[in-house]
Amino acid sequence: MAKAEKSISPEEQEALRAQRRVEQARERARRQREQSQRASLWSRRDFFGRLSWTGFTAFTGLGLLGFVRSAFPRVLFTPPATFKAGLPSDYTIGEVSEKYKQEHRVWIVREPDGFYALFAKCTHLGCTPRWLKVEEKFKCPCHGSGFRKSGVNFEGPAPRPLERYRISLAEDGQLVVDMSVVYRYEKGDWEKPGAFLRA
Amino acid sequence: MSMWDETKRQITESQVWKSIFRHGYDDTPRNRILMVSGNIWLHLHPSKVRRHAVRMRFTWCMGGITFLMYLVTVVTGIYLMFYYRPTAEYAYADMKYLEFDMPFGMFMRNMHRWAAHGMVIAVWLHMFRVFLTGSYKPPREFNWVVGVILLVLTLLLSFTGYLLPWDQLSIWAVTVGSNMGRATPVLGYEGPFAEWVGANPIYDARAFLFGGGEIGPHTLLRFYILHCIFIPLVSSLFMAVHFWRIRRDGFSGPAL
Repeated sequence: MAKAEKSISPEEQEALRAQRRVEQARERARRQREQSQRASLWSRRDFFGRLSWTGFTAFTGLGLLGFVRSAFPRVLFTPPATFKAGLPSDYTIGEVSEKYKQEHRVWIVREPDGFYALFAKCTHLGCTPRWLKVEEKFKCPCHGSGFRKSGVNFEGPAPRPLERYRISLAEDGQLVVDMSVVYRYEKGDWEKPGAFLRA
Repeated sequence: MSMWDETKRQITESQVWKSIFRHGYDDTPRNRILMVSGNIWLHLHPSKVRRHAVRMRFTWCMGGITFLMYLVTVVTGIYLMFYYRPTAEYAYADMKYLEFDMPFGMFMRNMHRWAAHGMVIAVWLHMFRVFLTGSYKPPREFNWVVGVILLVLTLLLSFTGYLLPWDQLSIWAVTVGSNMGRATPVLGYEGPFAEWVGANPIYDARAFLFGGGEIGPHTLLRFYILHCIFIPLVSSLFMAVHFWRIRRDGFSGPAL
């Protein structure tokens, strides 16, 4: 290969290159001529070309959207997000009920003027705190975060209050907790109607 | 010059565009020949390689070893596919069956596992070498980008494969690993700005991956298909581009 290259003299190489340049210039000039002849109006080929590309893009885009939508099934075979928590009269005023902690990870708190449902997950690293009745606080066994009865944090590394779930009354008079609706204190959600049930 | 032409010119003359597509294509007889001789499907081996660029002490052959590991996982993976049913009822039992009752099953499974580990290690060392020798510098910057994409795909292959044994370890590992999905800004329901698009536990980035709010049978099948079909296909395409670019840009020599 190297020998073959050497057998061409520099002059010959230069001539070859010049020839190549002429060829390329001719080709480019031909294209420019063709393009300028068409001027500004779309030719039939332009029209159909752009039409097909538009159609192709729309079709592919819609197909992609359909694909993304199809990744979310309409029916899921998972446990329902709501559960019934008995009649309001089952709770005594001032009580923090641990009845549903094992099954649903929820405390139901009965205050003099109503109910709220607290999600039993520490906002630090996600352990399950315990309700200490004598000290009137929730205490996390992992890193010592403490929360008041309202759920507001006051000691330890937890950065924000516990979360509350939506609580309401069912037709049959029982309490209903909806775990798909979360109320966060720092967002001002606790003022919203579902975060507290007046009774 | 119209605005359209101006924008087009600005895009095609930017460094990003040129690093990907180089110069425009002049449709001349010479270029047609070059297209044929430079096409990876038609000529696998480059027409010219510099001697110093293939020295072991320079390349560590890490790219080649990565590819070899990939081929090993493909071959052993296909063997495993013959005995593995990706449904919640059978997956774990099939994995056990393969491990303890199939002749050479344990061997193939371990080979798949170690080749996968080897591939991840070799990818990192390859990247390290490319960084040390400065082989990521122009004109090869686009190939570095392709390489980073391949690194991500390699890690995703490992991640999706991790779920398939369908035991406690894999389910919880993927639960933890996919927390990133739900913390994604905008697209994850626990990430910032999730309320903009109304993301919730069953309509967000993680649910897209899982096919529901939790890991379940959908997730197993999805990860299986991603692991065995989708990611290998995409990786192969990017590998072809990666190898092709090495050939087109020339193997880098030692920095001068």
